Amino acid sequence: MNHLIPPSILPYVLPVLYGVVIVAVLPLLAGYIVLLERKVMADMQARLGPMRVGPHGLLQPIADALKLLIKEDIIPVKADLFLFWCAPVLSVTMALLAYAAIPFGPAFQIADLNVGLLFILAISSLGIYGIVLGGWASNSHYSLLGALRSAAQLVSYETAAGLALVSALMLAGSLSMKDIVQAQYDQGVWFIFVVPVGFFIYLVGSIAETNRAPFDLPEAESELVAGYMTEYSGFRWALYFLGEYANMVVVASIATTLFLGGWLRPFARYQDHLFGTSVELLDILPTILFLGVAVYSFWLAPKQPVKIQKIVMALVGGLCLVLAVGMAGALFAPDAVRMGVHGAFWFLAKVFTYIYAFLWIRFTFPRYRFDQLMRLGWHFLIPLALVNVVVVGTTIVLQQNWDWRHPMLTAIVTTAIMLGVAAFLGREDKQHQAAVEAPEP
Amino acid sequence: MTGSAASPITSVLFYIFALMAVASAVLMVTRRNIIHSAVFLITTLLATAGIFLQLEAEFLFVVQIILYVGGIMVLFVFVIMLVNLDVSLHLIQFNRQKYVAGVLAFVLTAQLLIAFWVGRSSLNLGDARAMDPKNTEAVGQALFQRYMLPFEIASILLLVAMIGAVVMAKRRV
Amino acid sequence: MPGAGVLPMPVDNYLLLSLALFAVGVVGVLTRRNVIVMLMSIELILNAVNINLVAFSRYWGSVDGQIFAIFIITDAAAEAAVALGIILAFFRNRETVLADEMDMLKW
Repeated sequence: MNHLIPPSILPYVLPVLYGVVIVAVLPLLAGYIVLLERKVMADMQARLGPMRVGPHGLLQPIADALKLLIKEDIIPVKADLFLFWCAPVLSVTMALLAYAAIPFGPAFQIADLNVGLLFILAISSLGIYGIVLGGWASNSHYSLLGALRSAAQLVSYETAAGLALVSALMLAGSLSMKDIVQAQYDQGVWFIFVVPVGFFIYLVGSIAETNRAPFDLPEAESELVAGYMTEYSGFRWALYFLGEYANMVVVASIATTLFLGGWLRPFARYQDHLFGTSVELLDILPTILFLGVAVYSFWLAPKQPVKIQKIVMALVGGLCLVLAVGMAGALFAPDAVRMGVHGAFWFLAKVFTYIYAFLWIRFTFPRYRFDQLMRLGWHFLIPLALVNVVVVGTTIVLQQNWDWRHPMLTAIVTTAIMLGVAAFLGREDKQHQAAVEAPEP
Repeated sequence: MTGSAASPITSVLFYIFALMAVASAVLMVTRRNIIHSAVFLITTLLATAGIFLQLEAEFLFVVQIILYVGGIMVLFVFVIMLVNLDVSLHLIQFNRQKYVAGVLAFVLTAQLLIAFWVGRSSLNLGDARAMDPKNTEAVGQALFQRYMLPFEIASILLLVAMIGAVVMAKRRV
Repeated sequence: MPGAGVLPMPVDNYLLLSLALFAVGVVGVLTRRNVIVMLMSIELILNAVNINLVAFSRYWGSVDGQIFAIFIITDAAAEAAVALGIILAFFRNRETVLADEMDMLKW
């Protein structure tokens, strides 16, 4: 194949292919995350969720997409047409652009930038413009207020999230995303166990970054109608929504790469082999998982009330069996295939766990008021993140110079100091709240 | 890393970014709508960031986007939204001294071009030296070792600017 | 391989680009009435200087030019914040952002 492609283009073929795959798959994935959210919400509220469109509602995202495509495109009077058109496009573009630096596996990355992590942070900070310009261009009060509030929230929590990432970055020693995962392999421990406070700050910061509950004041229906998205209808709204869910996957990917070990399996360095073959013991976990899901699907299939649901359950079971066989088969394939397939599996599993945490948190906590939100960001998270950076840095230097090698040490020291700082900040906050809510003399 | 430093794609990228930068800059100073001007300044800054990346200054590339585009321009856009008057869209955009200003700018540009033309021979390609491939590490080391004093002064400057901005923009309570 | 003594293109191109942006910025500062657009033109001038510095940093193979550029970006941020604060305060008092109309100190 090499002699068919001119050498100046050859390095670009594979990244372009990856890019096409990501841009094609991601909107579909975002649509199915919406369905997942509705199903999880229904489950937590003791009901069933979308069941009509397709078996168990599986075709719901397709129906939604079709509906949004054929809806009338309403443009408000005196709206700024150039910006009205640009803003949702900007939002989606920035969400998709961040995928350029995210490693889905040891070889599946569009561009291994030296400054990959900073690049993703930069692209996230560009996403603010999609919101601000969209709110402005709609020429409506609700839109503008929602946009300004949303932008202020994003800017505040971006700082805290960035500082939390710095603490994990110091452990890795490099900004390249691939090197960060490699560092977690070399040190034998996922960074969440070394800097749990950093992970917590990043979790809260990323929920606020993506405008998810409990930080979704700018777009909640009972508040400012729909904030900056009020005047957008049809496909423009779909683009905004798509951008938001793609952004969710981006922050989940960053958290996975930095804190949860990226494409590494749990206990990545445990090399015990299975019965003397070349297969590592823990590498059969994906196969066992898929087999379990397949068995569960086959067991559930006869119990479905409607025939089409029985068939689909059986098909799902069959699909899981195929995947289980695929995972097992990949173990005997050449190294690149094995690492690629298993790496992608573990990466996606972790990303979906993180997204499930997002959904879970959404349906559990009440919404923050805007001033409470800003106070949380500036008065609590940013000082906490700063102290976290200082403490982690000190611990790293102590480890290098005094040779304190236990990986849990950092976690224990950090958590202890963080609890102290959090208690101090919380007490100061309670005093302020008491002063604010005291009756006027 | 894709492409070598001397591949033709690098040159094409330079021309694309340069064209984008100059076109956006011209559009920026001529728009009637201030928000459009701000958006075109954003594209100019992004094109400049592209030029930085093309010059292998990758840390400066991300710093330009995070600070300039993601920080300073957001501030500009917020303030424009707060002071925007609909009536200003119909006023004259250029002041009375535009012809003198044009002549002045022309003279300045001509002067710089002449200086550039005369000194061209001193900029030989053969004198170019290799850069440290680990750009971020090199910048970090230079910033914290040789340029520590300017770094500290810059942080005090930022503190002063923060206080100044808060004081200036506060309402009288 | 990055560097290795070979520039992708002559430094002249970067200098000419920097000159073009500088000229556009100067025209913008001197010609527009709106103070905010004048400020944005100043940012454009600072960017032109940054391109110049980074081009020479690449030419000489040292990182000093980039450090200087970082400090210029820092200064631009500080200056933009204070200047916009001043503009907001002025707007609150006089309801105008046109430079022609900010003439209270003229006799």
